[in-house]
Amino acid sequence: MKNRIKKATTHTVQNEGLLFEVSRPGRTGYSLSQLDVPEQTEEMIERRLLRDDDLAGMPELSEVDVVRHFTRLSTWNYGVDTGMYPLGSCTMKYNPRLNERIARLDGFAGLHPLTPAPLAQGALEVIRRLEECLTRITGLHAVSLQPAAGAQGEMTGIMMIRQALADRGDPRKKVLIPDSAHGTNPASAIICGYTVHTVRSNAEGGTDLASLREMMTEDVAALMLTNPNTLGKFERNIEEVCRIVHQHGGMVYMDGANMNALVEVARPGDFGVDVMHLNLHKTFSTPHGGGGPGAGPVAARETLEPYLPFPRVVRSKDGSLTLDFDRPKSIGRVRAYFGNFGVLVRALGYILTHGDEGLREATEAAVVNANYIAHNLKDTYDIPYPGRVMHEVIFSDKRQARHGVKNADISKRLIDYGFYPPTMSFPLIVQGAIMVEPTETEGREELDLFIAAMKAINEEAAEDPEILRHAPHTTKVGRLDEVAAARKPVLRWQPEGRQK
Amino acid sequence: MANIPEDLNYTKDHEWVRVEEKRATVGITDHAQNQLGDVVYVELPKVGDTFEVAEPFGSVESVKAVSEIYMPLGGTVAEVNDSLNDSPEQVNDDPYGDGWMIVIEIENLSQVDSLLNAAEYEDYIKEEGAE
Amino acid sequence: MLREVGCESIEELFEQIPEDLRLTEPVGIGPAIPEPDLIDYFRDLATRNRVDYLSFLGAGAYSHFIPVIIDSLISRSEFFTAYTPYQPELSQGTLQYIFEFQTMICQLTGMEVANASLYDGSSALGEAVLMASRLTRRDKFIIADTVHPQYREVVSTYTKNLGVEIEYAAHTEAGTVDIDSLRIDGQTAAVAVQSPNFFGCVEDLSAIADVAHAAGALLIVSITEPISLGLLKSPGACGADIVVGEGQSFGIPMSYGGPYLGLFATLEKYVRQVPGRLVGEAYDESGRRGFVLTLSTREQHIRREKATSNICTNQGLFALMATVYLATMGRRGIQEVARQNLQKAHYAASEISRLDGFSLRFGAPFFNEFVVRMPRPATVVTRALLDKKIISGVALECYYPDLKDSLLVCVTETAKKEAIDRLVAALAEQSDFE
Repeated sequence: MKNRIKKATTHTVQNEGLLFEVSRPGRTGYSLSQLDVPEQTEEMIERRLLRDDDLAGMPELSEVDVVRHFTRLSTWNYGVDTGMYPLGSCTMKYNPRLNERIARLDGFAGLHPLTPAPLAQGALEVIRRLEECLTRITGLHAVSLQPAAGAQGEMTGIMMIRQALADRGDPRKKVLIPDSAHGTNPASAIICGYTVHTVRSNAEGGTDLASLREMMTEDVAALMLTNPNTLGKFERNIEEVCRIVHQHGGMVYMDGANMNALVEVARPGDFGVDVMHLNLHKTFSTPHGGGGPGAGPVAARETLEPYLPFPRVVRSKDGSLTLDFDRPKSIGRVRAYFGNFGVLVRALGYILTHGDEGLREATEAAVVNANYIAHNLKDTYDIPYPGRVMHEVIFSDKRQARHGVKNADISKRLIDYGFYPPTMSFPLIVQGAIMVEPTETEGREELDLFIAAMKAINEEAAEDPEILRHAPHTTKVGRLDEVAAARKPVLRWQPEGRQK
Repeated sequence: MANIPEDLNYTKDHEWVRVEEKRATVGITDHAQNQLGDVVYVELPKVGDTFEVAEPFGSVESVKAVSEIYMPLGGTVAEVNDSLNDSPEQVNDDPYGDGWMIVIEIENLSQVDSLLNAAEYEDYIKEEGAE
Repeated sequence: MLREVGCESIEELFEQIPEDLRLTEPVGIGPAIPEPDLIDYFRDLATRNRVDYLSFLGAGAYSHFIPVIIDSLISRSEFFTAYTPYQPELSQGTLQYIFEFQTMICQLTGMEVANASLYDGSSALGEAVLMASRLTRRDKFIIADTVHPQYREVVSTYTKNLGVEIEYAAHTEAGTVDIDSLRIDGQTAAVAVQSPNFFGCVEDLSAIADVAHAAGALLIVSITEPISLGLLKSPGACGADIVVGEGQSFGIPMSYGGPYLGLFATLEKYVRQVPGRLVGEAYDESGRRGFVLTLSTREQHIRREKATSNICTNQGLFALMATVYLATMGRRGIQEVARQNLQKAHYAASEISRLDGFSLRFGAPFFNEFVVRMPRPATVVTRALLDKKIISGVALECYYPDLKDSLLVCVTETAKKEAIDRLVAALAEQSDFE
């Protein structure tokens, strides 16, 4: 008799269909004001320019249908608010609700981007003040908030270098990028018309100076560097690296993805960096939103300031803020309007609520947390580049691989323990990489749970590797067949019979 | 251990070559498909395209990696295995048979001499694995 | 914890950083501002943005009604505090709504493949140009001068170092691209147009597609006002090869220009050249359906310098806003909102053109924006109307020096009849000027 009590799995809570599958003809959930102008009945647009499909296929749902649909979907997700999200290089820290509140103020959310400057002084002040904060944090001279994300920031920065070198007489041909870099770096350099050449890392995970000296010739425009690098290490020779590049007339671009290790502790402008981007959605706590939006402001030293994207926000004689389009050396626009303004408001909120002291404490806690994890797991998991780390630590699956368990299996099993998995298989120079970035917003209890989970998984790897190879066991779906998905891609829903 | 048929020639980029008079059939080796994992897409040139020896003529993709495929011999593409568009898994299932990729009209037959034979290729992958 | 990790002091924790580079002073942000004071600070700044004015601004950013459930649903923290769905088992919520988003963008544009979104409409057009160049291996582009001027600036930035040649095509007296003057040849990769265009006019996309295709060139269609798709023939049905657009109108606040939502759609045969993320259907061992990021080998994290684009992020949360918007409005709501935009804009246009000295600058059919020719320079009129707390539109002189007397006016469903009448009355006062 006991067996008759089973978990019910037929309810839509776990099986909600696609919008198109739950749609019912004739159902509506929208509410619009009545048309209050006299209705014009003669043809306003020729029939041949109009749709003739009556929008067939678009969903027809009630408001409750819509609310339930998306609420159910949300329960199949995991966010920072659910628990620790140690995705290396992504800085998944807590997103303060306060910043959500201020970004939604009518005066910001309802402001049209072409509002005349005298009527948008509050927004321009947000831009000006955030630019000022970021110049202080980076130790550089000027900031543009226009780039929409890190990769667009990289493109902007390298284009600025290109234009500055061209003004000196030769844009040069090559960009040097360490083998540990994010994939966006080479892809961004290519859009700027450069060829990409790889610089090796040395045994400590830093730039190999001998290799750099050899490669740094008169046709190299820039070195793109991530500091701390993607192994979680600060580039000890950063000053020497910058000196070598500058001696040969090149410039140093810094990918600021890992600035969470440096804010209020050290400034890239002091290292010799010429131009860099920041990721506001990483270091400055704006929500990651399931993949975006982000914002990728660019900071530059004084000589590169004229090349920043236009328009620039400037103070006019009467004290008001205005837009300067007269920027003859500017690389141009990288995006319409002023960038991801709503993200900028949130980031400024974060910086101001922390102040100098709070920002420094956050950096310290982020670094302590990463070292705490490294220290407590170093006997269990291989650390290919040992020693103290900055804000993240890179393990490998070397010891577990002996039992036929790969990094992917470890990460999938972490899901069963209640964690989002770390970044996998990156950087590419570490075989079986597991990249853990706890951030400062995890308390000791959560870190200890993570450490305990990783240790338990290690034991499972030796005792019962099958559990790992088929993990996760607790989610709505198990491992999905990505091979079949890529061989015969189905990228949209189609009505029965229309599918290929 | 990877399957390395005796009657074929090989390159250090892991292509196999079957030379028949002035034409050569090309694919990737069993060892290569094994390293790459499940192949999900093969990008191939058009009939009539001409390439130098060692020039990339296409690419093979798995879910999370892309490898270029290089011309073992210079020449003109005479045939292309279009069935790989719909069934890229043939590269995994039958690399030396249905998984063939192109047939080349060989430009310079003397280049054939610099290809590896089966024994040499076997030694080469052992060396590579030891590194 | 510091001591547990083997550090005596914070200084020791940062010993990797050369000592001379370690800061000894704060950088100068100032003391922390407590929550209530911060709200006051930003509230004060927000009130200095005059959203209380009556506004008829469009030109790429549109005021539409935003159903309240959008903010409520996107504020579920499982959505907004998640990141890119790299681990599909724990990201099915995000992956499913992106699949739904891709589907609806295909349905609305009439295309076969849509990606998970790009930054915004302007960079999406930049990406479309780069993709067309890869597909055709040609490097000449013809872009209509009626494409949003800021979008054209972005395209020129994206392509400036890649040997791409851009020619701008003139518009006719009717306000649409001059098809007869298009100089398409064997080097032309694509023709790019916007519809409705920057003047609000609806382009004859089928006719442009025919001349482009005849020369082996592609047609790129950019859409800044996607509400028009509720009414207008889809670009796909007209023969477009790549459709890009700005999705802000789908429930996204104007927010001084961003974040917005770049739309990108094309044909199946071009899928391997698409920039950005794609979500596809997949099944687990027990046959349960799920969704995954797929065809990732196109992207920078795998193909690096050979990737289709350097883009990494999409606008996930804003794709969710658009998905909820389209689901809530639904098939009939989208048609209705499009109808109201058309009706209100035509009411305003006919009232304004009845005024002495005012007329419609262009004769082509329009959707919710139109250009008014005025008896005085538009910059003078817009300034005069600001005194009445009306932002009457965009004076076109800054983008088109020849159009000194022209004002671009946008009227959406959010403009009440009374507001339109106030605009007309205020403009009337400008008509008897000597």
